[in-house]
Amino acid sequence: MRWRSSTALVIVSMSVAACDNMANQPKLNPYELPFGSQINWPVRPVPHTIARGDPLNPPGPPPVSMALLERGQQRFDIYCSPCHSRLGDGNGMIVQRGFPHPPSYQSDALRNAPNQLFYDVITHGYGVMYSYADRVSPADRWAIVAYIRALQASASASLSDVPAEKRSSLQ
Amino acid sequence: MAVFGPRANLFMTATLVGSFWVGVLLIAAIWVVPLMDYNSQQRFAPDQPVPFSHKHHVSGLGLDCRYCHTSVEQSSNAGMPSTATCMTCHSQIWTNAAMLAPDRTSLAEDKPIRWTRVYGLPDYVYFDHSIHIAKGVGCTECHGAIGDMAITRKAHSLYMSWCLSCHRDPAPHLRPKDQVFNPHWRRTNSTPSPEALLVQYHIKTEALSDCGICHR
Repeated sequence: MRWRSSTALVIVSMSVAACDNMANQPKLNPYELPFGSQINWPVRPVPHTIARGDPLNPPGPPPVSMALLERGQQRFDIYCSPCHSRLGDGNGMIVQRGFPHPPSYQSDALRNAPNQLFYDVITHGYGVMYSYADRVSPADRWAIVAYIRALQASASASLSDVPAEKRSSLQ
Repeated sequence: MAVFGPRANLFMTATLVGSFWVGVLLIAAIWVVPLMDYNSQQRFAPDQPVPFSHKHHVSGLGLDCRYCHTSVEQSSNAGMPSTATCMTCHSQIWTNAAMLAPDRTSLAEDKPIRWTRVYGLPDYVYFDHSIHIAKGVGCTECHGAIGDMAITRKAHSLYMSWCLSCHRDPAPHLRPKDQVFNPHWRRTNSTPSPEALLVQYHIKTEALSDCGICHR
């Protein structure tokens, strides 16, 4: 009798284990619908909340460094250059395909504009430009602003502005 | 009464032939089917609500992967673009295109587009995009020639043997940091050697095939 019940226990536990679908565990992956969800699209962040770890008040402009400019260049080339072009003249690939032409960073209005304007336009969008707040973090926005300033400076720069040891790479 | 009836030979033959074919079928089911693309969905391109072309957007227009897959450097998940990301350009370009109707409906009704997953992993696999990016594994190592795909298809089987083929010998799959998102990168004479990259990225090969690396 004892032998029989233990055999039954082994068979039952083995068959239960076989039913356990480890490929689909009761945990949520990104974009996965919650178990028993009544809606048929993924859950989105609750309005008026911020992600864990995000600062309540966005940071102000950091001191300009070479690392900041390089980060700004990288982010600018990813998110801004499709329209504004890598030179910042507004002749990017998407503009060549029919998107309205954005103003050049070399215009007097944008040369004299405060840093905050560029930050705010990235955050909220402007005209036909959408907000990039979900794609560019506040720290990266300041890096991009710094790089835009570098682009503006480079357009009117002459060879004498370049450090002597780097001039040969341009000539 | 005879021990064997008149049809005993027939039963014997039927049993032998039958068990032979049952064996063949079992081998086919257990051994051959997992090797088929049908099973791994390799090279399969599921239907999508919008027939998005990476070939056009990446190779044609020169968009960076991160323009849409924004979280790939910080998160386990590469991140799917929101409808607003599509509409950044398509609010002005191809505004009446029939194939973009799901985008416009999504924006109007405030309901995300539900794409069909091409690369899926079972829940017992832990996978993180960001660490692969940080260690110099290019997108195309796993996603194939994604920059040339008009319709996204699964480039590899995602079998454990495929994961291990790289985890056991990662060096040939590494590239310089600034080339990770280049879909057409090729090794040239000026590229650092695979061994140099291994050192540069501080990759400990002896730990890479530990069970707990992927099953945690």
